[in-house]
Amino acid sequence: MTVRDFQEAFDEKIDKEIAIEPRDWMPDNYRKTLIRQISQHAHSEIVGMLPEGNWITRAPSLRRKAVLLAKVQDEAGHGLYLYSAAETLGITRDEMVEQLHSGKAKYSSIFNYPTTTWADIGAIGWLVDGAAIMNQVALCRTSYGPYARAMVRICKEESFHQRQGYEILLHMSKGTEIQRKMVQDAIDRWWWPSLMMFGPTDDDSPNTAQSMRWRVKRFTNDELRQRFIDVTVEQCKILGMELPDPELKWNEERGHFDYGPIDWEEFWNVVNGNGPCNRERLKARNDAWEKGAWVRDAALAYSEKRKKRAKEADTKAA
Amino acid sequence: MSDQNNNKAEWPLWEVFIRSKAGLDHKHVGSLHAADAEMAIENARDVYTRRMEGVSIWVIESKYIHASDPDNAASLYEPANDKIYRHPTFYDLPDELKHM
Repeated sequence: MTVRDFQEAFDEKIDKEIAIEPRDWMPDNYRKTLIRQISQHAHSEIVGMLPEGNWITRAPSLRRKAVLLAKVQDEAGHGLYLYSAAETLGITRDEMVEQLHSGKAKYSSIFNYPTTTWADIGAIGWLVDGAAIMNQVALCRTSYGPYARAMVRICKEESFHQRQGYEILLHMSKGTEIQRKMVQDAIDRWWWPSLMMFGPTDDDSPNTAQSMRWRVKRFTNDELRQRFIDVTVEQCKILGMELPDPELKWNEERGHFDYGPIDWEEFWNVVNGNGPCNRERLKARNDAWEKGAWVRDAALAYSEKRKKRAKEADTKAA
Repeated sequence: MSDQNNNKAEWPLWEVFIRSKAGLDHKHVGSLHAADAEMAIENARDVYTRRMEGVSIWVIESKYIHASDPDNAASLYEPANDKIYRHPTFYDLPDELKHM
């Protein structure tokens, strides 16, 4: 078969919705795009543990602490599912970790914002995980098999993340005046960055067309963003809070909410490393990696030693 | 952080198989890194069974898995293609025939 035959067979599979599996032939750019997207996604789960981890020791009750611990542990698990999916494409775990730690690979910019009050943990669950779920549900049908399977597992677990966040805010919104202010303040700070999580507008997203053709992406950034806004407006009403966008208005004709302009300058600033916590996040990851090096080395040395002993015992027995 | 350090210390990759409940087969769920089999099973418990997804875990180092070549799939499975008489529906039998 020539490369052209392979390409045709690949295109046909995509058109027929047959999943691409690790050992199947695939175009180099498909592989590269997936490695970039899946590893960024994995990095986001891992770095995403940091802003929430900030509140584990200060959760207001034992119940909230247990829930937050479980959620942060899930994020670690999600990162690992995704790293494992990316590794099927021929990149090693260490290469990915190195790319994250050197700043070469990106992760979701949302995690470069600080968590200043307990209400932020609620807002992250509701808005940030809510936005992530919109994306992730669409990715359950992505064309690359291992990625789609990882997303199915992740989506099953994410639902609790969003619900626990909303519950935190709901609880506080029925509390004291100060608690209600905290909720509103958290929503004010997390709303716009959450909308930015869907990525640049379709006009400004040069890779979207190709990703849609490959069925890596199933919906465009703007489609998913709109869907998120439409459901979230209603959820906000139940909290009795306001979304910080004076232009937010139901558009009968479109059947969607119109919304105000997103500050893309801020988005690119944070993407390019100048958000409030970029340096802190990368430093935390690098420190954890370096301080854990002796554990990784010791575990390998111990495993070698045990293998050697087992071999010696075998030789003696024989 | 250094590249050499990274490459030298990477734990081997393991494939994880989980039996979701007694009576069912183990099914492949993904992979993970661990220094040895014992650690691979412990990590698999933490990564893949946080919500009681399993009652039994198998792990095997990925390098020991041998797989068929997908590009040969057509010729590899070809002998089965023209033997539809292996399926019960191949046989044309009267409708009034029961329990068969």
